[in-house]
Amino acid sequence: MESSLPSARGITRRSALKVAAGAAALPFVHIRTAGAAGKLAAGFWDHWVPGANDVMRKLVAEWADKNKVDVSVDFITSVGNKNLLTLAAESQAGTGHDLQQFPTWEVQDYADKLEPMDDVVTRLSEKYGKLSAVAEYLSKVKGHFMAVPAVTGTQNKPGCGRIDTFKEQFGIDLVAMCPVGGEMGPGYDKWTWDAFLEYAPKVQKIGQPWGMPMGQTTDAVDWVGGLFRSYGAVLVNEKGEITVKSDAVRTVLEYMKKLAPYLPADMYSWDDASNNRALISGKSALIFNPPSAWAVAVRDNRPVGEQCWTFPNPAGPKGRFVPHLPYFWGSWKFAPNKSAAKELIEWLSQREQAQRLCEASKGYDLPPFDSMHDFKVWEDVGPPKGTVYNYPVRPQHHAEPSIAAFPAPPEIAIQIYNQSTMTKMIAKVTSSGQTIDQAIDWAQGELEGFTR
Amino acid sequence: MPDGAVAQAGAPPLVSGRAGNRSLHKFMRRKSSIALLMCLPLILLIAGLVVYPTIYSIYLSMLNKKMTHFVGLGNFTFLLSRPTFRMVIFQSVFFAVTAVFFKAVIGFAIAHFMHNIPSRTQRVLRGLLLVPWVIPLAISTLGWWWLFDPSYSAFNWVLVKLGLPSVPWLGETWWARIAVVTVNVWFGAPFFMIMYLAALKSVPEQLYEAAAIDGAGAWQKLRYVTLPMMRNIISITVLFSLIVTFANFDIVRILTSGGPQDQTHLFATYAAQAGIQSGDIPLGASISLFMLPILAVFAFFILRGVTRRTQEQA
Repeated sequence: MESSLPSARGITRRSALKVAAGAAALPFVHIRTAGAAGKLAAGFWDHWVPGANDVMRKLVAEWADKNKVDVSVDFITSVGNKNLLTLAAESQAGTGHDLQQFPTWEVQDYADKLEPMDDVVTRLSEKYGKLSAVAEYLSKVKGHFMAVPAVTGTQNKPGCGRIDTFKEQFGIDLVAMCPVGGEMGPGYDKWTWDAFLEYAPKVQKIGQPWGMPMGQTTDAVDWVGGLFRSYGAVLVNEKGEITVKSDAVRTVLEYMKKLAPYLPADMYSWDDASNNRALISGKSALIFNPPSAWAVAVRDNRPVGEQCWTFPNPAGPKGRFVPHLPYFWGSWKFAPNKSAAKELIEWLSQREQAQRLCEASKGYDLPPFDSMHDFKVWEDVGPPKGTVYNYPVRPQHHAEPSIAAFPAPPEIAIQIYNQSTMTKMIAKVTSSGQTIDQAIDWAQGELEGFTR
Repeated sequence: MPDGAVAQAGAPPLVSGRAGNRSLHKFMRRKSSIALLMCLPLILLIAGLVVYPTIYSIYLSMLNKKMTHFVGLGNFTFLLSRPTFRMVIFQSVFFAVTAVFFKAVIGFAIAHFMHNIPSRTQRVLRGLLLVPWVIPLAISTLGWWWLFDPSYSAFNWVLVKLGLPSVPWLGETWWARIAVVTVNVWFGAPFFMIMYLAALKSVPEQLYEAAAIDGAGAWQKLRYVTLPMMRNIISITVLFSLIVTFANFDIVRILTSGGPQDQTHLFATYAAQAGIQSGDIPLGASISLFMLPILAVFAFFILRGVTRRTQEQA
């Protein structure tokens, strides 16, 4: 046959086609087991941390082998919102992966098309304890869990500060204040938004201003969301009533008017990488971020990485709130193999698997159950050793995981969050020369649109 | 004699008695049939990737947020009542008109310059000038983003070295608007240049010679010979560029994500934010469809002008 004959260059048409097909299939993984009892297509979030996908792939292969299921796995990136586009396309087409991973707000959006997961969540909760309020708020629709809070992708955004700067400038020993294990140390109760404001001129003076973004990306919205909640400032309450015209909202805007002059002048155009770069390059004493910034600092600028310590956000009059962004695993109603998807989700959520996933992500991923926050990974990783011990919210932190726009009904909250209403209000009073009343009036109009 | 008649005359006698086969045979022997068959893949492609999505997005734009019931033009009236969306309309028109104007002027000037230099140098320069247009826009915009970066802007580095204050390129409304327009002009001007250069080369040299004999100077040659001969190509290029520029997504998405405070959003980026990120697909579809009437008005006037001039020349 012509196609099997070697060409003059030693490459046959068939071998070229094989190479091309292999190259085209690179992003996908196909796990075929002997005597497969069924097929399952799984779409997981493409992890930032190198090596984390490999462990997920191994775990799925183990499960597939045990259950004789033929599994294909796709890792879908969130770069350019590819994961959001995939979800939108699958929901419109009525076909797609049996198991899908949903970012923070998407379960609410697609609830009508998702298979209820009450049975899985109930069994997991009985075994591992209660879910966080944020995970429940985002995954429960009309009394039913429509997805299971996932281990991978779930993250907090606590403070990541410079040990040396805090010691030299404010006399605060971060390691002693937020130690590895045990109760919080001296000065923790004084770590408030007022102190944050008081210290701001000092760090600005030494060229390390707080690295606070104020644009329209998630890092900006998340820390500002925590600030609003710390003052009890709510734009829309749980009943869906607009409550932006309140003293608490006014207080936050007044606070930000005082703080803004000491923050980076270009913060309004910062994206989610700008704050990381500020910390890593030594131009900021503190950012609010998952441990990815510290990990890159260790790799690219070790002297800075060795001085990083993760600890909870400052407290306000209404409490201390740590931004929390859970991811979810779910299954479409139209998926052909929902039962296998549910089984795999439940298996991946077990303590043993969760531990392996957390270790693979070097502590970036957070299991949804507090009882799993005792994994050694957060104690062990460094330098400095234990730097991310306080990344999960622990009982001794006296803090609460929180998401911006909570407690508004999720269909309104998602718009407040994605349209960055809170950071825009702040930008209006701190950079556009508007008064607090004008900013609040503008927000009132926007919120009326969101609640239509 | 018509082509079909030629084909029929040369056809072998049909032996089959079935009328259906005969008419199929006749159909297949017509040149127009072959042309239709050859175009069919493209027609199907356009129907599948353009016509169907357009009709589907019109349908989506008339549904409520949960896509459970029909709301007619409710999404459109809602959008027009929002100050943010009215600002998006302004910004989209400002972006497209300003960018197309500068692309046309710069492209025209460069085309003239190229037309008047020796052909060997012209070939090299033409290739170099096309580079911005052939690099994928998303990649070149990333390069621009590094130049405008809030903290490490290369432009600001130069300004500071010269003792001048740094500029918040992407953090202040008008600087951000200028930045996105600049990148679009940089990307699109080579397209105008190559189109205008082709048009310039097609202007008969005798017209310039006749004008010179009549005592016309450089400006008069440009005004009374070049521009009238290029009017149609200028109109078509402007129309094509307006459509593409209005629909731009990459530049704003990468440089500003619509910020600061939504001031640089275009229809496409705002539609993505409302539809995909905020989970309101019908509203996103409505926003993207706002481009349709605006572009239809532009297309109507420009194509009417082209048709009139073509008829006059005929």
